[in-house]
Amino acid sequence: MNPIPVEAIQTTLGDARLQSAIYSSTARLMDKRAHAIDPEEIDDFQGLRTQANAIKRHAIDNLDYYLEQLEQNVIARGGQVVWCRDAKEAVDFVARISKEKGVKRIVKSKSMTTEEIDLNEHLEHGHIDVVETDLGEYILQLAHEKPYHIVAPALHKTRYDVADIFTETLHVPREEEPERQTQIARRVLREKFLTAELGITGANFLIADSGAAVVIENEGNARLSSSAPRIQIAIAGLEKVIPRAQDLATFLKVLGRSATGQPLTVYTSFLSGPRRPGEIDGPEEFYLVLIDNGRTRLLADEHKRQSLYCIRCGACLNHCPVYRKIGGHNYPWVYSGPIGAIISPQFHGVTKDPWLPFASSLCGACAEVCPVKIDIPKVLLELRSDISLAKRREGAGKWERLAFRVFSYVMRRPKLYEMGASMASAVFPGSQGKWLRSLPRLMQAPPIRGWLSKRDLPPPAERSFRALWRERQRAKGGN
Amino acid sequence: MAAPPASARSEILSRIRSSLGRTNATGEPAGLPPARIRIPDVPLETRIGKFTAALQKLSGKVYRASSREDARAYVENLLHGRSAVTSNAPFLAECGVHSIAGVRPGGADREALREMCASLDAGITSADYALADTGSLVMISSHEEARLVSLLPPLHIALVPLERMLTGLDELYTLIPVPSDRSSSMVLITGPSRTADIEQILIRGVHGPGEIHVVLV
Repeated sequence: MNPIPVEAIQTTLGDARLQSAIYSSTARLMDKRAHAIDPEEIDDFQGLRTQANAIKRHAIDNLDYYLEQLEQNVIARGGQVVWCRDAKEAVDFVARISKEKGVKRIVKSKSMTTEEIDLNEHLEHGHIDVVETDLGEYILQLAHEKPYHIVAPALHKTRYDVADIFTETLHVPREEEPERQTQIARRVLREKFLTAELGITGANFLIADSGAAVVIENEGNARLSSSAPRIQIAIAGLEKVIPRAQDLATFLKVLGRSATGQPLTVYTSFLSGPRRPGEIDGPEEFYLVLIDNGRTRLLADEHKRQSLYCIRCGACLNHCPVYRKIGGHNYPWVYSGPIGAIISPQFHGVTKDPWLPFASSLCGACAEVCPVKIDIPKVLLELRSDISLAKRREGAGKWERLAFRVFSYVMRRPKLYEMGASMASAVFPGSQGKWLRSLPRLMQAPPIRGWLSKRDLPPPAERSFRALWRERQRAKGGN
Repeated sequence: MAAPPASARSEILSRIRSSLGRTNATGEPAGLPPARIRIPDVPLETRIGKFTAALQKLSGKVYRASSREDARAYVENLLHGRSAVTSNAPFLAECGVHSIAGVRPGGADREALREMCASLDAGITSADYALADTGSLVMISSHEEARLVSLLPPLHIALVPLERMLTGLDELYTLIPVPSDRSSSMVLITGPSRTADIEQILIRGVHGPGEIHVVLV
């Protein structure tokens, strides 16, 4: 059981520059989304969300069928499908293929799934030059950091950070203009694209009826990764499958809008198999790597399996009051924000980071913006309940359980409750108008001090609502 | 083959089935909601107007040519001596772009084409369709259109006959319900390549073309 990383979170909270970077970036993304889903811009956005949810539900409830159909269609178009139970099998496959085909350099486009399986670290051990080509990911790779945000990985870096990173690692003259910095990256990476033998992409969607991987992006690096090298590997979690290419008419309309407020991202690539006879360019070999890595375990719970509907738009992060304060690196896994808080415990078991589902105010903003309508707060509550049950099995949490049992006993007995309330207000005579934290007597009790260290309450009123109500009724009766 | 043992496949499928409370494979599942396809009836002029507005909003340029000669003249003027590689789309030849100085036909040799795309200033293509709602070009890879012509050069020029203007995604996926039956790659291009990865500042021309001109003919 990992404890909540209090110190790391406090460091984030105390870093004014970082706070402002997170706050303004997420605010901008929220504004852009709000504009893009305005009825003036898109007809029936809520209807599209409902449809997206229905398709995902159907696909996940029939996952075995659609995966087999997908596989059949990939093979029919000359590609190969590689099923991997866990991260290791996926990494081993890429390493083996690289060795067999004499691959010295791999270009990679942005993919959360490859972050999930730590692909780069493993391949670098095998002395293969693996290059991230999304600008944000490239900056992070040079800085040896993990993505801060599902969609905007380098959200926490300023131009000055980038200047430092480029000068130190690329040995180029210092450049602080983002425009020039981008040109530096373009130059370095262009050379990598043209010399790499293998390109790795993720996939936003896998299309069962077409045997295709769909990749969306703005920079062109995913197009280059999938078109320039001789071999292409698309790596995706097996929950990414949707039944038909026609469903893209729904999903593409909600994904870009929810992620960055774009009606469509700059490039939407629909990729299937190696290049066909007659086609001039494109890869000669095409592999689709399907990764389980815990997903089938998640599938077993009929209600919580909706967590697998996620299309990784990042809207729940941008709208989350917790993410917007603690940022992306204080979450225990590569998936941060509300979606990370519900999938990490289900992938790793609820007892690994038991604090995570509790790190939420349950405000519901995430559910409101989710393009596939995942009921994140509901799943958080279920996970909290799972954690309590797990603690109970381990014999932990006795005092908490006792406290709640007393609480529930009292709450069901109005007379007892009233007695308790008047006793409580008697404990704090003359404290009206103050806050609990200002009462020295209270702060001497360690568990109460701990609880109050992050919160405060006014003391109970001298006369309770019930007492006031009774008086009022009596007065009325007297008239 | 370098694939993990076949048992991974059967194990994953059986894990899925047991998680879903089934023992065996089922046939085609019932209850797939019909695809949500809505194609509005929009006159061509309105479609052109929408396409132009959408692409211009993304800093793409749209020129409506009155004739093929006019299209050629626009391209010649735009290139202004810069070098360019073309795709093999017959429409480009019909417009006569190959007679412009500095313009070289891409041809069908992969290596030679790649060399040209990596070194010349502009890539000239046609497009299979255009989408009015979003200002997108639809590029289907074939012997006529290679993938790299619209990708490697810093400037992309596309000459598109007006009748290829569709309303949007719904119409596209109705015309081509299974894109992979036609090609290994169908790419939608919506504006110039861009990024906002550094401080959310918008910068064009990261890996793909930073400038895009669509000539509607």
